[in-house]
Amino acid sequence: MELNARVPAGPLAEKWDNHRFANKLVNPANRRKYRAIVVGTGLAGASAAATLAEQGYQVQVFCIQDSPRRAHSIAAQGGINAAKSYQNDGDSVFRLFYDTIKGGDFRAREANVYRLAQVSNEIIDQCVAQGVPFAREYGGTLANRSFGGAQVSRTFYARGQTGQQLLLGAYGALSRQIKAGRVAMFTRREMMDVVLVDGRARGITSRNIITGEMESHVADVVILATGGYGNVYFLSTNAMASNVTAAWRAYRCGAGFANPSFVQIHPTCIPVHGDYQSKLTLMSESLRNDGRVWVPKNQGDLRKPADIPEAERDYYLENKYPSFGNLVPRDVASRNAKEQCDLGKGVGSTGLAVYLDFADAISRDGRETIFKKYGNLFQMYEKITDSNPMVEPMMIYPAVHYTMGGLWVDYDLMTTIPGLFAIGECNFSDHGANRLGASALMQGLADGYFIIATAVANYLGTNKLEQINEHAAPFLDSRRGCEDRIARLLKNSGGGPAGKCTVDEIHKELGRLMWDNCGMARNATDLQAALEELPKIGKKFWDHVYIPGNTREINQSLERAGRVADFLEFAEIMIRDALTREESCGCHLREESQTEEGEAKRDDANYSHVSVWEHGGDGAPKLHKEPLSFEFVTPSQRSYK
Amino acid sequence: MSSSINLTLKIWRQPHSDALGSLETYTLDHISTDMSFLEMLDVLNEKLTKEGKDPVAFDHDCREGICGMCGAIVDGVAHGPEKEVTLCQLHMRHFKSGDTLVIEPFRSRAFPIKKDLLIDRSALDRIIQSGGYVSVNTGGTPDGNSIPIPAKQAELAMDAAACIGCGACVASCPNGAAMLFTSAKISQLALLPQGQVEGKERALAMVAQMDSEGFGNCTNARECEAVCPKGISIRNIARLNREYLTAVLSEG
Ligand SMILES: Cc1cc2nc3c(=O)[nH]c(=O)nc-3n(C[C@H](O)[C@H](O)[C@H](O)COP(=O)(O)OP(=O)(O)OC[C@H]3O[C@@H](n4cnc5c(N)ncnc54)[C@H](O)[C@@H]3O)c2cc1C
Ligand code: FES
Repeated sequence: MELNARVPAGPLAEKWDNHRFANKLVNPANRRKYRAIVVGTGLAGASAAATLAEQGYQVQVFCIQDSPRRAHSIAAQGGINAAKSYQNDGDSVFRLFYDTIKGGDFRAREANVYRLAQVSNEIIDQCVAQGVPFAREYGGTLANRSFGGAQVSRTFYARGQTGQQLLLGAYGALSRQIKAGRVAMFTRREMMDVVLVDGRARGITSRNIITGEMESHVADVVILATGGYGNVYFLSTNAMASNVTAAWRAYRCGAGFANPSFVQIHPTCIPVHGDYQSKLTLMSESLRNDGRVWVPKNQGDLRKPADIPEAERDYYLENKYPSFGNLVPRDVASRNAKEQCDLGKGVGSTGLAVYLDFADAISRDGRETIFKKYGNLFQMYEKITDSNPMVEPMMIYPAVHYTMGGLWVDYDLMTTIPGLFAIGECNFSDHGANRLGASALMQGLADGYFIIATAVANYLGTNKLEQINEHAAPFLDSRRGCEDRIARLLKNSGGGPAGKCTVDEIHKELGRLMWDNCGMARNATDLQAALEELPKIGKKFWDHVYIPGNTREINQSLERAGRVADFLEFAEIMIRDALTREESCGCHLREESQTEEGEAKRDDANYSHVSVWEHGGDGAPKLHKEPLSFEFVTPSQRSYK
Repeated sequence: MSSSINLTLKIWRQPHSDALGSLETYTLDHISTDMSFLEMLDVLNEKLTKEGKDPVAFDHDCREGICGMCGAIVDGVAHGPEKEVTLCQLHMRHFKSGDTLVIEPFRSRAFPIKKDLLIDRSALDRIIQSGGYVSVNTGGTPDGNSIPIPAKQAELAMDAAACIGCGACVASCPNGAAMLFTSAKISQLALLPQGQVEGKERALAMVAQMDSEGFGNCTNARECEAVCPKGISIRNIARLNREYLTAVLSEG
């Protein structure tokens, strides 16, 4: 597998311009002859589809939900970053670039991250023009806040519903193109396979979720915008349908998968409360601006929080990190919560929670001020837990939230399969080993609105593609392969459920294995053990899973089974990736690689690279490396003491 | 404190669009009051699966009240008895042991039932397609701060923009009207300078689409507002009517 990032030459600030100038274009009159498939209608997919259609391409768009407006992006709360520097507080394109690359612990490609910062400002302009109701100052200008510990206020937001409003903006643009007849929208479709013709991506096979039919769709380029794979852990903050299937099918067709073990675990989520639990709810990280994190000093202290005197509380983040305190980055906050709970100082019915306490903020600023700031979040918390954070401290625990890993892409966001592009959370490109708050929305829209069309034009302008249709052998083979796989999934279901297991039971088992061994802190022994355990769960799944119903109807158990089957395969490269990266960086803490003070220790001499996994057929997956060189910044060790 | 309750469920079962449906009765014991309504349905579905029966099909995705995918009529009320929540945000602590719950899909002429509680709401997408946006292409837009918008105006627009498109308003309306849904989008854009240019065309096109999808008329029953999980106000309907009338009059 060749990993040529195709980073354009020239100074950092000129690369994107140089690239756009050097790239081939497609004449406007010719664009309608080309077809693009976009899979996914989150921020990345919806913005890409609308933009390509506006430029004149014929676009076919696919999503799992009943409407493109419901993609997982809708749930993003906090905001979107841009380097506008409207607050005049020292921000700049270079600072946003630097913060993002440093936040990612120097495991991302400089040129891509710089371009992200460069186009960030245009995103805000675009969204304002669409009528996205961003928060405003009294004078009518756009409001900003500082987010996720950033030292400048560069985050734009629409109440606690930024993702919703940005997505509805992109959905509006997409809807306009559907009306104009340039986008054909296929809802309730699940992509099952990429179809390659002569080594190039020329279409997909999808399953119609309502009728169960397998369908072929032919195109000149295929763009995956299918989101992240956090649900490999069963419990995460992701929507229920979030999956790895599309990316995994691409991997199986030859696309490299980069840094699969880089998973962000968010520190402020509502703790797990029962084994029936289906998902975890994020509480905005802004809460850490005023809340103080603590646990009882003594193990197994079961008193109510109000009965524990100050002297017997451990404000462990403030004590350990005097300069950042409760505002340390996500990975540091998460790991420390786990550490306290592992020491037996966790609180709540499961012992897997820490307090986030607003009592001091309330006595300092008054009830009204605090309620005004966080009332919405407090009410959401109360709805779920039946407890009021104005009266007693919140309980929080880390949860899987975002996946930095994803399909490997070059500067043009093309995977190792020609004609197959990956955008948004499903690629690996910009966040290195850790993502900063409010940067995922920025990346999704940067990819979709401002980058992908240039890349697609260049690809189409430099390659001559044969005319083909869905009767071509590769499409038939792919359809047949997908049908066979479904038949295999259903093969145990004939004799009834007795002695078998359900899809969710297996998914939970996989989730526990991954959380315990490939979660917040990792070590070789546990990773090895997980690698041995994984095939047993896989075998149990294929030999014993019981799926009711059949294939030619709405069958939600079958849909879930297909996704779990892919998670089971995918988990292997996650574990292998964590095992081979014998350093700590960003989200990835290898217990063997820590400083004397117990902080993550990066090893630039040996691991300054992107790990890219190639499907090995029946053999083991193969590891390739894209070296990372830093020409414009000097990697430093993070320190939050 | 969490406790556990026993329930009787009467759920609408309908194998596909063309089949006749009926209410089936199930009993479910030891339901933790900390569960969400959808988690309760998950437990039921695991039980049905293990008994060799067909689980209940229902739509859901985010499970935190924002995607608008979930929804059912519980004891006659869209999204159940609690105010301003979606079905996925409703928790079982709002029910008592021994309760019988009747669970049905959102019903409307414009929302065909696909299976059990799962319906087709694509008519709502088509209303948006008819004009629920500002017609700008990507690129070349002016600086975000070039049009100042009073904070209050932006907040009002945001109130309307909070609609999640779940369809509860339609299902609760005695006439099956989609006025609250349509008016929310028209209001958002009417309240912002960006939406002014196409205001008239938008109102005419969206109302026409609404009618052609088979949604009914608004007779001010206010049921929509009462069940809206996002608290969208019927003042938006008044604004739609104003926009529409102005458009009709000026188009002459
Ligand atoms: C609770 C929460 C809060 C967040 N808050 C923030 C925030 O404040 N700021 C920020 O920057 N980021 C935030 N994030 C992260 C951010 O929301 C996501 O990373 C981002 O929205 C991903 O967008 P996307 O377009 O790549 O994919 P998604 O929005 O996940 O969309 C994926 C699309 O692909 C489709 N799809 C997937 N698989 C298939 C398949 N096999 N076949 C067909 N279609 C398929 C889906 O139907 C969907 O349309 C948050 C995330 C969560 C979970
Ligand atoms: S599942 Fe998203 S709103 Fe209920």
